[in-house]
Amino acid sequence: MPEASNGNALLSVQNLQTWFEMRRWGFIRVGFVQAVDGVSFELKHGEAIAVVGESGCGKTTLARTILGLYPPTSGRITFEGREVKGSALRQYRANVGYVQQDPYGALPPFLPVQRILEEPLIIQGVRDPAERNHRVRKALEAVKMTPVDNFLSKFPHMLSGGQQQRVVLARAKILEPKLIVADEPVSMLDASVRVEILELLRELQRKSNLGVIYITHDLSTVRFFTERIMVMYGGKVVEEAPVKELLANPLHPYTRALLAAIPDPDPHNAEVQKEVPPGEPPSLLNPPPGCRFHPRCASLIAGRCDAKEPPIAEPAAPGHRTACWLYADGDA
Amino acid sequence: MEQVLRVEQLNLHFRTTRGPVQAVDRVSFDLPRGFTLAVIGESGCGKTSMARGVLRLLPRNVQTYTGSVFLNGTDVMRLDEDRFRREIRWVRMALVPQAAMNSLNPVLRVGDQVAEPLILHRRVSDKKQALERVREAFRLVGVPEDFTHRYAFELSGGMRQRVAIAMALVTRPELVVLDEPTSALDVLTQANLMNVLKRLKRDSEISFMLITHDIATSSELADRVAVMYAGQIVEIADARHFYPDPMHPYSKKLMASVPTLRQDKKLEFIPGQPPSLIQPPTGCRFKDRCASRNERCAEEPPLLETRDRKVRCWLYA
Repeated sequence: MPEASNGNALLSVQNLQTWFEMRRWGFIRVGFVQAVDGVSFELKHGEAIAVVGESGCGKTTLARTILGLYPPTSGRITFEGREVKGSALRQYRANVGYVQQDPYGALPPFLPVQRILEEPLIIQGVRDPAERNHRVRKALEAVKMTPVDNFLSKFPHMLSGGQQQRVVLARAKILEPKLIVADEPVSMLDASVRVEILELLRELQRKSNLGVIYITHDLSTVRFFTERIMVMYGGKVVEEAPVKELLANPLHPYTRALLAAIPDPDPHNAEVQKEVPPGEPPSLLNPPPGCRFHPRCASLIAGRCDAKEPPIAEPAAPGHRTACWLYADGDA
Repeated sequence: MEQVLRVEQLNLHFRTTRGPVQAVDRVSFDLPRGFTLAVIGESGCGKTSMARGVLRLLPRNVQTYTGSVFLNGTDVMRLDEDRFRREIRWVRMALVPQAAMNSLNPVLRVGDQVAEPLILHRRVSDKKQALERVREAFRLVGVPEDFTHRYAFELSGGMRQRVAIAMALVTRPELVVLDEPTSALDVLTQANLMNVLKRLKRDSEISFMLITHDIATSSELADRVAVMYAGQIVEIADARHFYPDPMHPYSKKLMASVPTLRQDKKLEFIPGQPPSLIQPPTGCRFKDRCASRNERCAEEPPLLETRDRKVRCWLYA
């Protein structure tokens, strides 16, 4: 949420909005879905940040806007000091890897692994087949698909879910990007494979000093694999903090509710009823005024939360920011 | 203790072009009245097939379907299909299938749809009485009573899932099988639904079988836990013993792979893949991935009684 970008950031996102226009019968305008509405953050070289939220909070739209797949409605995305738009987009894309949610859907079913991994190299103009072959092998080794020869000629359907996701990782990695955007990379996988994929991602991040944006709804994996968390609700970031700080001391009522709702495997869970905020997440076509969480919030301050958007405050620790009236002065 | 359900040596094999798939292999367990059994395991371990075997909801390519399923002491496997359909399925045991919330009929009012099992099974004399029972079921799962007039698309995901559960409850069955009841839902919606199920469990005599791959969530409801691997139950224990201290090497690894929010631990993963169920390995089915294997594992271990549970592993012989 910082205002000005400092020099050493890998990626800087400022006041990003991605809205989608809704039309009825093709021409009558009924408004905009404000999927991402004023998100700002910075990612350093080699840092992993998690974007956490429920379905429909805008986290995937944020990821796809950062990837350049959706044009931002307003706001700026700056990569290594250069704004990403127009002719800068092609070079930017070579520097960003994308790990999709569903590995089987993300891999072309009629191409063997070797060809899948060569594709980005061909597009980026690596002409020499020997060079391509070498890089494909290196990428497969990096994701621990060894011996490499066993996998090169396989088609996606011949691989297990975990192996497919490793091919997706290898493909994201093959152009040696500086940033990887992973959108729910393990939600389709079994518990015992999840950790393997997330550890691999962590290892790649550390070895190659990659920035990672990890989009997930699963807060419990986050503490093991990232440095910072952003919590999104209704298209906005409601809280951002280093992982340990956020888990130990959540400030925003929504973050608190989210943390309280997630169980750890513990037989005592069966004996207690949980506190869950009533209602549903807001429609992004017509979001509530003021704080978007206010209709569900137990700490609602009438006349303030429902009227004016909360400012960003840093009440507890440095780097721990939240957008909530509980931590701000009335006239801020 | 009164056993609502007792399953003995249940086998369910499917015919495929590459040979029979042994999806459920000699599964036995008991479920006392008012208890919840959580069946956990990874995809393809046979947990859904096992539930379908209990309810006799079988696909066409069944090769072998043997064993006994005792409901309140009667072996319902011996009943012919017609009697099973009229007297057992959805009358005394009901199912909330996977992704039930997406299978509601879009052109029926949800009230009419929930009333359907009552009318088909002639549990009520007229529709007015049926709708009264529907409202009662809605109260149990926390759906506002006037929602009977709505259509599925007018409800949120959480509400639709509750309606699907109400449809299983409306005939007042003794056993309800919940197959991944919360896996498609958001965190807060899931917590809400778990609250509903806990209340239901506390206030009624219904026994539940909860099928899930989500180990953390299973602990919200389970009195007893069965871990399945490659078509077999490898460990079955009371929840209070199981979650703090799983004993089978597979259960231990599985538990170590579950990330926790409140405590730091070393996360692990299980190298390798589950075996094919077409020609499962002889001996212990987990042995190729197991760190504690020894010569004995070439022979298949039985479900061994240890201090407070049953474990299919030679370590406890």
